[in-house]
Amino acid sequence: MSSARRERAVACALGAGLLAWGCASLGPDSAAGPGMAAKSRSGIPLGRSGPHEVQPVADRPHFGQPVTEADLAKWNIDVRTPDGRGLPPGRGSVAEGKKVYEAKCVACHGADAKGGSVYGPMVGGIGSFTTNARVLTPGSMYPYAPILFDYVRRAMPMDRPQSLTNEEVYAVSAYLLHLNGLVPADAVLDAKTLVAVQMPNRNGFMVDDRPDTGAQRCMTNCK
Amino acid sequence: MSKEHFHPVFRSETSPAEQQEALPSRRSFLRRSAAVAGGGALAMAGAARATPLEIAPTSKEPGRGIPESMYGSPSKFEAYVARRRSDVLKNRQNWSDWSMTPLQYQPGIITPNGLVFERHHAGVPEIDPATHRVAIHGMVKQPLMFSMEDLVRYPSVSRFHFHECSGNGLTDWLKPSATTVQQTHGLLSGVLWTGVLASTLLDEAGLEPGAAWVLFEGADAAAHARSIPIEKVMDDAIIAYAMNGERLRAENGYPVRLVLPGWEGNTSVKWLRRIKVGDQPWHLRSETARYTDPMPDGKWRQFSMVMETKSVITNPSGGQSLKRPGFYEVTGFAWSGSGKIRAVDVSFDGGKNWREAVVEGPVMDKSLTRFKIGWNWDGKPAILMSRAVDSNGYVQPTVQDLQKSRAIVGFVQHHNGIQPWAINEKGEVRNVIGQA
Repeated sequence: MSSARRERAVACALGAGLLAWGCASLGPDSAAGPGMAAKSRSGIPLGRSGPHEVQPVADRPHFGQPVTEADLAKWNIDVRTPDGRGLPPGRGSVAEGKKVYEAKCVACHGADAKGGSVYGPMVGGIGSFTTNARVLTPGSMYPYAPILFDYVRRAMPMDRPQSLTNEEVYAVSAYLLHLNGLVPADAVLDAKTLVAVQMPNRNGFMVDDRPDTGAQRCMTNCK
Repeated sequence: MSKEHFHPVFRSETSPAEQQEALPSRRSFLRRSAAVAGGGALAMAGAARATPLEIAPTSKEPGRGIPESMYGSPSKFEAYVARRRSDVLKNRQNWSDWSMTPLQYQPGIITPNGLVFERHHAGVPEIDPATHRVAIHGMVKQPLMFSMEDLVRYPSVSRFHFHECSGNGLTDWLKPSATTVQQTHGLLSGVLWTGVLASTLLDEAGLEPGAAWVLFEGADAAAHARSIPIEKVMDDAIIAYAMNGERLRAENGYPVRLVLPGWEGNTSVKWLRRIKVGDQPWHLRSETARYTDPMPDGKWRQFSMVMETKSVITNPSGGQSLKRPGFYEVTGFAWSGSGKIRAVDVSFDGGKNWREAVVEGPVMDKSLTRFKIGWNWDGKPAILMSRAVDSNGYVQPTVQDLQKSRAIVGFVQHHNGIQPWAINEKGEVRNVIGQA
């Protein structure tokens, strides 16, 4: 047994091997494996892996510099979209959002978000997924409304991302949701009300269930 | 001299202008080849050729000196070997766009760095490694920050893996749109990645109980981010700073990126800035409205990360032509995001009968793998296709197989269907996806 293999075996014996099947693959037929059958705790197929060499614990120096969450406050822009965790304080109305949109978004996305010089429409498409022309817009596609806030804050406008205030991001999110018929014209959105918006594609997703084919290795007279 | 020197079998696809340029030299090359072949036969018979072969001009004067740039480039005769943007789906901007690898000109399993495909969501940032930092925080015992100087001091790993965009092939499902294999399959590259295992850094920060998902975020203008199950991160994820023996190219994530072997390319977040540990996925735009697969009844398959087993014949492939009947070595790539390549079969009659090809080593986990098979073309129409089998026994499906379980509508990701190439009596090769 090579030293790397031995270390892997030791790691497995100690229960340090995170994946039981990673340890199973130490057997003589390491070419065989469960493939897509290996899944995360959340049910996501992982694909067969390894075996890999494992670094001895002694070879794991500590070079990281301790930081605090406060140090990272400006970088910490993600929103966990199903429950809105990470949404900042602030609020914005549909009317304010229209002003932001017309100043900073209309050049690429077009009037009323119907599509412009560079990108396609951001309105409509609700109900189109059962047809042969699925129209993907924030209204038709996003399962959770905070996705809009997260994406606009991290990536828009394309020429000056991360330049909008939180109030502007709430407002332009409210405006786009209104154009999609999902909030009324007088809506004012904040961390609480944005999460409460019901999105039509809320139940439109399924977890990866591949492999979903069963091709056979026919060699002669196959068709 | 023309490209036939390195691609002696199949004339490559060229623009009319390039063909015009190439013709005289190609003719003279063929004449020379015929003369050499004929000369050999004559020599065996003891006869001399009419005029002896000339001394090459390059033998009669010195070549160039070491160039001032000190960084080498391919020969000018290889200038046609280049990335290309999509010629099927033309974006009206090039910040959120892609360029494709010329697989038909790649002999081995490594894609040179200047040819590794690109996909950006908001352009290529220029990041100074001296000031760049990577942070780990969230559900960890001690949030940490790393400089590039810190990262390169850790024990490293170097591993060969294929890298493939989930959208590779999305223009060509039920009918042919693209001409060349660069356009059908060129969102694929083979790379030797070097870096530190993500598990090394996360172990240092210390995972809190309940840690189940990890967010990786880039320092580009899209702040591209994906939620990744912790099992994958702790298994084989690499925080990579080098590719193919040099630091990452800017377009491939300089100075540091995530590499998730065998998973769809966009999950390997480039220009890595932040790693946040959580107990649930974030369900961002990049994992709901994008990078999901249309399914029957208006549904979408989410978190479909693994790139399934696939292969393609690169020579001959669309846009090339066979000059005359006779022997050809048919070659291509096979790869699996879930293990190694066990076998590749090739059909010359549109999938009725198959022969097992030679799989050329090294055969590595989640790596491009070469296959080859000899073929005597009789000058009649033929349809060539390849079919890979991976170490789990998974057999590469046809598009018709895939269509049975998925909805092929719009921009459909995760196309690992068998690619057929038709050859007519003139030897011209064309894409017949969905037709054969």
